[in-house]
Amino acid sequence: MAENFDLAVLGGGPGGYVAAIRAAQLGGKIAVVEREHLGGICLNWGCIPTKALLRSAEVLHLAQHAKEFGFSVEGIKVDLAKMVERSRKVSAQLNAGVKHLMKKHKIAVFEGQGRLDGPGKIAVSKDGKPLADLIAKNVILATGARARALPGLEPDGKLIWTYKEAMVPTVMPKSLLVVGSGAIGIEFASFYRDLGVAVTVVEVMDRVLPVEDEEISALARKSFEKQGMKVHTSATVKALRKSSDNVAATVELGGGKTVEIVVDRVIMAVGIVGNVENIGLETVKGVKVEKTHVVTNEWLETGVPGLYAIGDLVGPPWLAHKAMHEGVIAVERIAGIKGLHPMNAANIPGCTYCRPQVASVGLTEAKAKASGRQVKVGKFPFVGNGKAIALGETEGMIKTVFDAKTGELLGAHMIGAEVTELIQGYVVAKSLETTEAELMHTVFPHPTLSEMMHESVLDAYGKALHF
Amino acid sequence: MPITITMPALSPTMTEGKLAKWLKQAGDKVAPGDVIAEIETDKATMEVEAVDEGVLDQILVQAGTEHVAVNSPIAVLRGEGEAPGAKAAPAAAPVPAPQLAAKPAPVASVPSPAPSHGGDRVFASPLARRLAAQAGIDLAGIKGSGPQGRIVKHDIEVAVAGGKVASKAAPAAATAMAPPAPQIVPTAGFPPFELVPASTMRKTIARRLTEAKQTVPHFYLAVDCEIDKLLALRKELNAGDEKLKISVNDMIVKASAIALMRVPAANAAWTEEGIRLYKSADISVAVATDGGLITPIIRGAEGKGLAKIAAETKDLAARARAGKLKLDEFQGGTFSISNLGMYGIRAFSAVINPPQGAILAVGAGEPRPVVKGGALAIATVVTLTLSSDHRVVDGAVGAEFLKALKALIEEPMTMLL
Repeated sequence: MAENFDLAVLGGGPGGYVAAIRAAQLGGKIAVVEREHLGGICLNWGCIPTKALLRSAEVLHLAQHAKEFGFSVEGIKVDLAKMVERSRKVSAQLNAGVKHLMKKHKIAVFEGQGRLDGPGKIAVSKDGKPLADLIAKNVILATGARARALPGLEPDGKLIWTYKEAMVPTVMPKSLLVVGSGAIGIEFASFYRDLGVAVTVVEVMDRVLPVEDEEISALARKSFEKQGMKVHTSATVKALRKSSDNVAATVELGGGKTVEIVVDRVIMAVGIVGNVENIGLETVKGVKVEKTHVVTNEWLETGVPGLYAIGDLVGPPWLAHKAMHEGVIAVERIAGIKGLHPMNAANIPGCTYCRPQVASVGLTEAKAKASGRQVKVGKFPFVGNGKAIALGETEGMIKTVFDAKTGELLGAHMIGAEVTELIQGYVVAKSLETTEAELMHTVFPHPTLSEMMHESVLDAYGKALHF
Repeated sequence: MPITITMPALSPTMTEGKLAKWLKQAGDKVAPGDVIAEIETDKATMEVEAVDEGVLDQILVQAGTEHVAVNSPIAVLRGEGEAPGAKAAPAAAPVPAPQLAAKPAPVASVPSPAPSHGGDRVFASPLARRLAAQAGIDLAGIKGSGPQGRIVKHDIEVAVAGGKVASKAAPAAATAMAPPAPQIVPTAGFPPFELVPASTMRKTIARRLTEAKQTVPHFYLAVDCEIDKLLALRKELNAGDEKLKISVNDMIVKASAIALMRVPAANAAWTEEGIRLYKSADISVAVATDGGLITPIIRGAEGKGLAKIAAETKDLAARARAGKLKLDEFQGGTFSISNLGMYGIRAFSAVINPPQGAILAVGAGEPRPVVKGGALAIATVVTLTLSSDHRVVDGAVGAEFLKALKALIEEPMTMLL
């Protein structure tokens, strides 16, 4: 017996469950189909549990430097099991929170594998047995993505990890090879390095965190290397040879030189692919898939009436906040809300929680210049900021890029303590289309790290006060 | 005692103007009647004459400054022998703003305030304001696509590109949770263009014509007139005096004025108080200038001879093209004539020049086949099209006017009666 809904969301990750909540607010009968756990990768195996682990690493780092702050901590011992347990508890708490939100909004949750079964239909099964048939006026696909596997370098879950195994280690590896220096790879590299693991990072591009501003990438690399991390850029892992408890990696460095690195564990973090398989896309005519992602227009419409797709399934940037926002746009589009705007990709911030943290929004200096604009660039170092010195966090910089002609804030790039919490100031500014004038006339509280955001803007126009 | 020279009001409706040029410099002696500056209003360039004697002490508003408010100080005059740089006594007329308020300071880092219209605040992002200022676009004319109608960068880009690009804002779908048709909004596809900032005059023309077409209920009547006799008379008159160069248009001006006297209901204007029936025919003659159209007036044309009308029109047109018309030479008028005959236009419909009640559009005089006494013949024919404000000129009144006009044009000697 099929059940009827106004909207069915396939996938209960951050994009899917947020879309369901927004739809419930607008009224109607809403369903979410989730095969594993509400909150998706983000909440259970991504953003959130890694933040918990990185917090442990940060506290450890501070304890190790207690003397600088005027006290000593004796007998520091890392309890890996406890760290992982805390991380899992954090995820469990939030997962329960999402369950509660579904209940509160009277959203029907189907725990099973869902797949399209023709237009406006979803068949849900559990363990191979049919569970439910849903008929929905509108369907939002939000099935997310998974780690990309390179041929010959496939993760085995034991010696060669993906993010998932890396998050729940039972024994601490002594050495680690991280393949890929995007946000995921670098966060694990940073975490394990802070726990004392010998970490080597291999990146195929010519710099770490390749999507960030070049200057920020360079500062990040310098910082990682100072911490003892080994970094190889313009390098490729050619082969992984597994022994009983270690892996020998053949790494081709720039210039054709090849080295062999033997490590206890390898983490593969070489990008992600969209979950486009086994969701019944073939049962509806007109859905286009390109490079493992479903193609949509700016309203997240697939071209099939009533069928939308959001989040990682649709393409980069693969960020939870982008998925959530897309979920809201898709639902409001369905509801015919007036004055709706598509998302402006230039205003989506990105945060990486390594130590030092990296955060950015908009165009890098190089991209701004490549767009043909005359730019004004401002920079302010953490060492020029009173609060940063008081915190003992003098490493880092805030960089701003303006259009010289119009004063439009094109981009902001930060590296240093707490920058992931600071970037929103520039995101708000960009969303409101402020120019340098409004930012200059904004009073920033003293003493805070945020003052550097002000100074960076002032510096772009030759007016920095404290450096 | 220093005297403050303020921005003069050159017409009762003038609120601001452009200080086009200083003809006297600081330190120059000035006598009453001396032209010290030129002011450009929405219609023409005007001269500012000194009223008092003295030395021009300070120029407060630089040449080329636009939007200078009426009554705001523009210069300081001191008596001869007085020390330079003394503070001027407050002007007798109430000065609405502190001395330099009217002078827009072009500071790049400060976005210009939104032009107020009707006291409503214009909501626009700072970036949109700056882009609009750089492109010379008035925000008041832009529809915002942002939250609550806020004008954002995209709106200015659309306006700059020609205003034809579909807004990215979602069209309202009809019902909740109903699938709207998939839609991919096209992007701009215009060739390169040059953006010419609109002059004060062009802005005034744009505003007044829009107002005329939107608020005046126009209707149109056309009539063909044979003008062979009129052409013959003109030739005869011009042949009699070498200096005399009466044009066909001059004769139509005269004929129209007489026709308006014969059908006074057509020489009318709609006002909120009532319908004005004018006692004389002040004919506005449209003159094309580089900056746009301007309509100098032949006042009391019904009582003026053709020679005088011809001479006046020639003088007014020349000065209109030079931007040197005095205010009373183009403000007012009870009826307009627009002539595009010289371009070979057969017939056209003109837009009424409010608050006037009608305008006559004159086409080209050309040989056309006509039926006379049941046989085909050739005559020189001109098509006259009357645009009337239906609030004051009804169809029958307009038709009567054209009938009277046709009679005068076809039998021009009757104009002498």
